Amino acid sequence: MDSFQATLDADGRIEPRDAMPAGYRKTLIRQIAQHAHSEIIGMQPEGNWISRAPSLRRKAILMAKVQDEAGHGLYLYAAAETLGVDRADLLDLLHSGKQKYSSIFNYPTLTWADIGAIGWLVDGAAIVNQVPLCRCSYGPYARAMVRVCKEESFHQRQGFEILYTLCNGTEGQKAMAQDALDRWWWPSLMMFGPPDSASTHSEQSMAWGIKRHSNDELRRRFVDMTVPQADVLGLRVPDDSLSYDEESGRYRFSEPDYTELYDVVKGNGPCNQERLAHRVKAHEDGAWVREAAAAYAEKQAARKESAA
Amino acid sequence: MIEPLWEVFVRSRRGLSHTHVGSLHAPDATMALRNARDVYTRRQEGVSIWVVPAADITASSPDEKDKFFDPAGDKVYRHPTFYQVPEGVEHL
Repeated sequence: MDSFQATLDADGRIEPRDAMPAGYRKTLIRQIAQHAHSEIIGMQPEGNWISRAPSLRRKAILMAKVQDEAGHGLYLYAAAETLGVDRADLLDLLHSGKQKYSSIFNYPTLTWADIGAIGWLVDGAAIVNQVPLCRCSYGPYARAMVRVCKEESFHQRQGFEILYTLCNGTEGQKAMAQDALDRWWWPSLMMFGPPDSASTHSEQSMAWGIKRHSNDELRRRFVDMTVPQADVLGLRVPDDSLSYDEESGRYRFSEPDYTELYDVVKGNGPCNQERLAHRVKAHEDGAWVREAAAAYAEKQAARKESAA
Repeated sequence: MIEPLWEVFVRSRRGLSHTHVGSLHAPDATMALRNARDVYTRRQEGVSIWVVPAADITASSPDEKDKFFDPAGDKVYRHPTFYQVPEGVEHL
């Protein structure tokens, strides 16, 4: 295990077959699985609007984005499997509620502006979280994050573009954009997790080089990045205490209500049951496709064998 | 029913070699190729894909820095920087 610590000390990367502490492996499996689950559950709130996108252009973009989320889920499940777990088992843990996904996807997408808000805020927050993960100490996770981050930047821009268009449209469209920001702002801030004072896994994860910055620091970065963008849109961030601090060059802002975060994590968000039920149903409804593909592969292999 | 694991290698453009990009599950080689196209080349990242059953790969050793590579460790004279070149000598 000395080589593990020596690799970390030299800011090197741990690769799948290296010796590693059981806790490191367990933490990574939990985190990567949760990340993968979030990607595939995240397809639902947006998939909800594919059939109602306001133009063919928007529909094509939204389909490409939802496909990307599926791809991100696959990169991450593949990264988790390098740690010795099986994707099918991870999906079982998701379906039985034993593993979580990001709470942000338990909020509903009520209007088209919500699709803009998800791209701009939710993917924006995800990028702030994921960019430092590109330097995570575990190689396969870091490499998956590089791919994901490259693709997410289109997601964030298309979201901003949706809102920019609405904000420069009719009064009703602008009001719709403001309403979306009002509803998504606080859940987006919660995406960075509990405050540092209450974060249970942070310290060890930082020591292991899995996590590079604290929850509160990442949340601050997100606010610093996002508030000027809201100004461009002409929207008001729903925080009465928001102000710019000349001295530090950063924003002062209110903390979200973390009791809501804990409550949604526990399963009491507006869409928890719906999201999980839909996921389980899609998996069960797709079983015949997996079975047919396996039966076909078996038949082809048998034919090849008898011909040889 | 467990679908086998395939390692995916992509040639990003002509003139470059195939590079490992990740892995995926598929019941057979044809499906593995199609899935690899959808998962790893949605943005024209490749002009050619290889898929290899992960179980068929023979790898050097569990610990990637062990004695297996030691023989090369004391042969610095295999590098051009080992040699002193007198001042003024060019094209060497």
